[in-house]
Formats: sequence, structure tokens, C-alpha cells
Amino acid sequence: MTSAWAIALLILSPLAAAALAFAFPGRGRGLALGTAAVVGAAIVQLTRAVLAGGVQTHRVGGWGAPLGIDLRADGLALLMLMVTAGIGTAISLYAQGYFRSGHDDEAPHRERYFWPLFLFLWTALNALFLSADIFNLYVTLELLGFAAVTLVALAGKRAALTAALRYLFVSLAASLFYLLGVGLVYGQCATVDLASLAAKAQPGPTLWVALALMTGGLIAKAALFPMHFWLPPAHANAPAPVSALLSALVVKGSFYILLRLWFEAFPALMTPGVAQLFGGLGAAAILWGSVQALLQPRLKLLIAYSTVAQLGYLFLLFPLAAAREGGFVAWSGGLIFLGAHACAKTAMFLTAGNILHAAGHDRIKDLDGITHSLPISAFAFGLAGLSLVGLPPSSGFAGKWLLLNSALAQGQWVWVALILIGSLLAAAYVMRVLSHAFTRVAEPTTPNPIPPVMEWTALALALLSVGLGFASHWVAELLRVGAPVLMGGAAP
Amino acid sequence: MNVHGLLLLGILLSSFVTGLVIFFLKEESHRLRTWLNLLGAGVKLILVVALIMGIYRGQTYSFTIEFLPGLPFTLGADANSVLFLTLSTVLWFWTTLYAVGYLEHSLHRSRFFGFFSLCVTATTGIALSANLVTFLTFFELLTVSTYPLVVHRGTKEAMRGGKTYLAYTLTGGAVLLLAVAWLHSLAGPVVFKERGVLQALVSSHPRELQVIFLLFMLGLGVKAAIVPLHGWLPKAMVAPAPVSALLHAVAVVKAGAFGIVRIVYDVYGVETAAQLGVLQPLAIAAGITIVYGSVRALFQDELKKRLAYSTVSQVSYIVLGVAILGPAAAIGGLVHLVHQGLMKITLFFGAGNYAETLGIHRVSEMNGVGRRMPLTTAAFTIAALGMIGVPFLAGAVTKQYLKLGAEQAGDEWVVWVLTASSLLNAAYFLPILWRAWVKPPPDQWPAEHNFGRSETHWLLLLPPLVTAALVIWAGVFANSPFSPLAWVKLIAQREYGP
Repeated sequence: MTSAWAIALLILSPLAAAALAFAFPGRGRGLALGTAAVVGAAIVQLTRAVLAGGVQTHRVGGWGAPLGIDLRADGLALLMLMVTAGIGTAISLYAQGYFRSGHDDEAPHRERYFWPLFLFLWTALNALFLSADIFNLYVTLELLGFAAVTLVALAGKRAALTAALRYLFVSLAASLFYLLGVGLVYGQCATVDLASLAAKAQPGPTLWVALALMTGGLIAKAALFPMHFWLPPAHANAPAPVSALLSALVVKGSFYILLRLWFEAFPALMTPGVAQLFGGLGAAAILWGSVQALLQPRLKLLIAYSTVAQLGYLFLLFPLAAAREGGFVAWSGGLIFLGAHACAKTAMFLTAGNILHAAGHDRIKDLDGITHSLPISAFAFGLAGLSLVGLPPSSGFAGKWLLLNSALAQGQWVWVALILIGSLLAAAYVMRVLSHAFTRVAEPTTPNPIPPVMEWTALALALLSVGLGFASHWVAELLRVGAPVLMGGAAP
Repeated sequence: MNVHGLLLLGILLSSFVTGLVIFFLKEESHRLRTWLNLLGAGVKLILVVALIMGIYRGQTYSFTIEFLPGLPFTLGADANSVLFLTLSTVLWFWTTLYAVGYLEHSLHRSRFFGFFSLCVTATTGIALSANLVTFLTFFELLTVSTYPLVVHRGTKEAMRGGKTYLAYTLTGGAVLLLAVAWLHSLAGPVVFKERGVLQALVSSHPRELQVIFLLFMLGLGVKAAIVPLHGWLPKAMVAPAPVSALLHAVAVVKAGAFGIVRIVYDVYGVETAAQLGVLQPLAIAAGITIVYGSVRALFQDELKKRLAYSTVSQVSYIVLGVAILGPAAAIGGLVHLVHQGLMKITLFFGAGNYAETLGIHRVSEMNGVGRRMPLTTAAFTIAALGMIGVPFLAGAVTKQYLKLGAEQAGDEWVVWVLTASSLLNAAYFLPILWRAWVKPPPDQWPAEHNFGRSETHWLLLLPPLVTAALVIWAGVFANSPFSPLAWVKLIAQREYGP
């Protein structure tokens, strides 16, 4: 398999599986697992190629930029593809049990539509990470948005539909802003190719407006404070596997585009002011999201607000990585954190799904004794919590360690303090759940039976989130391939 | 890394794997769980003996795997490691036996012993860490794995105690992380080495090094229960007796004290630390803690609380010994790491036996227990007398060296602190002994269990007898080549010698 094939398969195989899953209901799980295998093999192949030969580019149809569509895989893209594949595999294992174990008469109906939509979402994500130009990114972002909104609506309850509708409006408006920005950029620079934009971009009012529009749209989609308002209801009311996908992957798609824009296409516009602004919003997100998580009565809402908070950490990457000294340290730290959060948050939402089905509710104050009734899920939640708090040796720790190091090396003390405070707040809201879990109840209730695979999938992801800390040095090496010039990467 | 380094990994895995397997055992498989526990503890003991023999032969051990970019995860075994490692392995073995007997009819035993094994893994990991980030990893693992043990009973009170425990230790952990990361940004990866590694930075970054030292002491001081960071310790007393025993003797408070030893001796180095002027404040904090803990202990009627405040006081002996300049003080402090462990674990075993057998939780209920439970009370008495500093017992050796060290360093006030502490120790232990041996027993004990001819379950009786015997051994044979004191002299010589 050449790397061109690998790139093609990464997009075509989930797409084909999505079509097949629609045509053959009931085969969804098999198709998804098959996709996971093909995608996994393609990623292995592509990783080898990237580590050996640098950035891999595939010109679709042989046309090449600026006329044709370029697909490109560098270290960053590969990391995102890997995270997506990992979460995708877990959801493939989990979802069937979830849809078949609840008390929901409509469940078969929901499961029928879940699989094609999920596989389509996977397609959109893979295509997004491989896109090499800002228009193509728009197209994939739009596809991603539609898949995500429909998946939220899948829960069918009134609250879920309201949340989905709100999400849809935000998503559409945000896409529109982004597209306007793309139009302005094209008018100014006569190209949409990420790699060539850096050379052609002359800072000026038009470009600033364009970038502001694109960034505004992407921030809304990435649910960065104060544009996070749509996220908690959408993520908390969706079915558990969907919540996991949204929190772990979908919001990060928009974040990924922001990174490409600011660090790769328009590094000239990345002034200290811009960087600090992003950092400030991230800081506000960490504080606000954590405090809200402490106040939520329901487990899924707590986890959703935790996502708001943890996304804030990703944006600390801007002020820290934009500096010349220790920039790459922060860059790799932020991205390792992204992977850590994806695994941990998926594990948490899947656990919440288990609890919801086994206990029939997810009210935090009534979770007493779940370590007794659902020991594996409780353990998974605790482990995922470790990574979220950032205790060593988890990957969450690795990410925070690198961010912290970078902040210390640059003397940016505000971010140092914030990283630590955020960790303690995370510990506080994780403990809110665990302290109930460990409380002994006089008469333990027997939970509704749920398939063991649901519990084990959550545990596997939690273990992954902790264990991947030991892979962080490898991830950092991978990220060096095609790292932005700002961070000492070679020019493409 | 060398092939022998795998021995270090084996020492960690012997309890880690045991813990993981135990998690998945059914609650009813009591016999299998007990055998697994003993197997793990036994294998660890054998491996540690093999390690010590290897070190005597001149073999060096190290084990490294990649971790963070440019910062490996490294295990090693130097003299300090072996001291702490041996202590925790030996005491773990006896505590495991004790816990098997203690929790015979309790709920969630698989969960308990699973975390129990993880806790010991963390403690041995702390002993074997060869660099700061590895140390930090195990230090946090210790926090996390002890929480389920502290809240094991699952009552409201236990949950409150657990919450306090975590609030203190996690905040301490965050401060420690800051210290480690900051030092890393100044000095690069910090590998533990006798006499420290920071000499080069003293002239260029003195202020930073002082602040980082303070952060280290705050972060580690929470676990070492230095006043005013000790608030969690008395509250964590809700844990079952074997947990309290382990927490106080080897695991949590010792990890903090051992961390302070590492930072002063193997990161800063005594000379560098003295140059920076950070040792004197540390000594004063330790002195205050020693007196404060003893005074508070005096007023506790609940036996475990009295012992808890006694721990607050006693652990700072170690810190004091480290903070006073000179080899004699160093010997006194380091040897107390072992001595306090032996004595305090015996006391907690005794307290656990009184509670389990007779339902006694308070000092005021202890009249005449010596007649009902002579062996337990004898062990308890030996440990208590050791704490007071009666000759030929472990505690006397500690105090003798600490006093000598204080005189050598010319710190008159330390001698007064030690004298006051001895008097206070006597004041809160002797009344207990008086009640136990001299006062007549009541007509009925609060909640008596009958164990046939034996005064209590043999699994509860054997461990305190063994540890009490060790208290005598550490005192009487202090000057033999196979004693904690002999080993500690070696460490002190490496830190201070020519």
C-alpha cells in the first residue's frame, strides 16, 4: 500500500461503510469494525511513510494545487487521525450494546440511523484532517456539522431536539462566517492552499477582517468560552456514544483548523496580542467550565461542562507556542493534551451511558454505591479522572507538564497558575462523583444488566488515556514532522 | 539500563500485578486472595533481599524507559532507596497478614486488597525513583491509591475524612508539581545524586532556588504532616486499623519525610542548602511540629487520635535530623525513618486489636486490658516505651544521635525541644500503660469477641509481636553491622564524609 492509497482509503473506506450501513441495517457494527481495521492499517502505513520521508501529499486526480484538491498528511494530521481512529473503534464496539440495552422502544430505529451517520462523521473528520486548503476545510467542516447535529437529534427527546436545533443554528452561522472569510482570503491572495498562503499573505485590513470572520466561526464551533453555550445541552442530551464523539472529536475538528490557520497559513498575523487573547479566552473557559461542572446536578452535564473547561487548555497553546523559545514544547504539550482529553472524555461519557442504563438515571447525588454495582465502570471513571486532573503518568499529565514547562521557560506566570488551578478544579469535580461512588448504601439496588462490552470499552479507553503518557515522547517526535516554521519545523 | 535493572521492575511488579489480579477476584474467594497477597508480599521480600545482596557485591542497578520528551522514567537503588524500600517491604508483609485477619468479615475485600497492593507499589516506587519526575509519579499514585483505603468503610464520616485527605494531598501534589517543573526549567532533568546536583546554580539563581525549596517543603510537608499542613492526618483516622498502621508507619507520612530527605540530600545537597540558608527555617518548622503534635496528643481521649498526633510529632524528628547540619543529626533523622515505622506500626496494631477484640476505642476504656490481652499489651508497651526514649529500645538511639547532632551544630534550642518532647511523650503514653497494667478491668468490655484460648485472632497477634521484637532489635543491636543504624551511618558518611 503506497501512502497515496493509504490517504485515499482513510476517506473512502468509512464513506463506503456509511453507504453500506444505510443500505443494510443491522450490519452497522460489523461495517464499523471493518472500517476501523482498514483505517488502522492505513494509518500505520502512513505513519511509517511520514516518519521516514516527511510530509506526504496526494494530488487527487493528479491536478494539484491551486487547481485540484491536495490531500496532505503531516505529524499533526496523523495524530488527529489516530485519535479519531481510536475513539471510532471504541464507539464501534460500544454503540450496539448501548442502543439495545436501554428501555427505549425506539432504540432499533435509532440504531438504524446511528451507524451510517457515525461512519459519515468519521469520513468527514478524516477528510478534514487531510485537507490542505482552506476551502476544502470548509466543505469538510460543513459535512461534519451536519452529521453531528443529526446525531444529537437522534436521541429524539424534546430536550435533545431543542439542543440539536440550537446547535444547528450555531453551526450554520459559524460556517457562513468561515466561508465569508475564505472568500476574502481568496480575493486577497488568489489561493486557498494552506502551504502557499504564508508566503502570499500581506497583513492588511482585508486579511484581518477575513481572519476575524473565520476565527469567530471556528470559535463558536469549537465551543470556546463565551461561545460554549450550545455545548452542554447538546452533549448532555445526546445518546452516550454520540456525546463521546462530539466531546472527543467534533469540537477538536474546528480547533484543528484554527491551528492550521494561525500557525501555518497566517503566522505573520499571529501578534502577541492575538495569542494572549486566545489564551485569555481559554483561561476564562477553564475557570467558568470547571465552576459550572461543580454545580451540575447530573453526571452528563458535569462531563459536558468539563469539556468546556478542558477545551480551554487547548487554547493556552496559542500564547505559549507562539513564542520562539519553548514554542514546540507547548505545541506538542497542547496536542498530547488533546489526545489525552479525547480518550478520557470518551471513557467518561461511555461510563455515564453505562450508569444511565444500569441505574436508570444519572443524578449525581443518587450515585451512592456504584462502585459496588458497577465496579468496572466506576474504575474507568476514576482512571479517566486521573488523566483529566493530570496526575502522572497519564497522558493528561504529559500534556500539562509540557505546557507548564513552556510557560515556566517563558516566564508566563499567569498560565502557570492557571494550569495548576484548573487541575485542582478538575480534581474537585471528579471527586464529586467518586465520593458518591464510594459511599456505602444500606441496601444495594440491583442494576439493570448491561452488556459487559460496554463496561470494558470504557475501561480500555481510560487505561489508554493513562498509559499513553509513556508514548508522549514518541508523539512529540511525530509532531515534529511538518511542524509550523514558527516552531523550528522545516519549511514545506 | 542493565539486565540487573529488571530486578527493580520485578520489585514493583510483584505488588502491582498482585493488586490488579486481586481486583478481579470474586468477593468470596477468600483463600485465593489471601494466598495471592502473601505470594506477592513474599516475592517482594525475596527480591529485596536479592537486591541488597547484589548491592553488597558491588552490583549497580538501574532501569529506564522513555517517558516525556527528553525526560525518562528511571528506577535506581542507592543507599537511601534501600533504607526506605526494606522498611516498606518488611512492614507490608506483616501488615498484609494483619489485614487478612482484621478484615475477615468485612465487605469489598477485593477492592481493599487491590488498592492496598497499589499503595505498596507506590511506596516502593517512591523508594526506587531515581529522578524527580519518577518520584512525582509514584508520589501521586500513592495519593490516589490510598484514598479508597481511607474511605473504605463508606460511611459519611469516612467520606468526609477522605475528602479532607484528598483536598490536602492533591493541593500538595500541585505545589510539588510546580516545584518539580520549575526546577526542571532551570536545571534540566534532575537525577538524584549524593550531595546534590544544584551547586552550579547557587550563584546565578539563589532566589529562585530558595523559593523552589519552599515549594518543595510545602508540597512534601502535607504528606509529612508538618504543622500547619497536618490537618488531614487526624481526620484520616476513620480508615480501618491496618490502613492507619501503614499510612502512619511507611506509606503516606513516610513518603513525605523521605521526599524531604531526597530533596535536601540528593537534589540540593546539604552544603548547597545550607549556603542558601533554607535549612534553619525547616528545622524551626520541624521543632514547632514536634512540640505541637505532642501537646495535642496529650488531650486526645480517642486512642487512634492520640496516636495520630503522636505521628505528627514523631515524623518531624526525621525532618529535624535532616535540617540540622552534621553527620550525627543526619544519622538520628534517617534512622528514625525506620524506628518510627517499627514503633508506630506496633502501636496501631495494638489499637486495632483492642478495637476488634474488646471494642475499645478510647484511652479511658483501657483499664485492665493488660490482664485480658497480655501479649498485645506487652507489644504496645514496648513500642510506647520506645517512643518515650527508654534505653535499649529503638527510640533511644534516635534521640541520642539527634541530641548529639544538635550539640555539634551548636543548636541549643533543639536539645530543649527534644527534652520537652520526651517529657510530653511520657506524659501521654505512661497513663495508658498505667491503666492497662495496673487498674482493674471493668466487669464487661464494650464489645467483646471470643477467640477461644488465644487472646485474639492469631493473625492479629503475630504481627505486633514481630514488630515489637524488631523495636528491641533495633535498640539492643544498634551497633551490630545488621541494623538500621549501621546502614544509616553509611548514608551519612556518603553525604558528609570526605
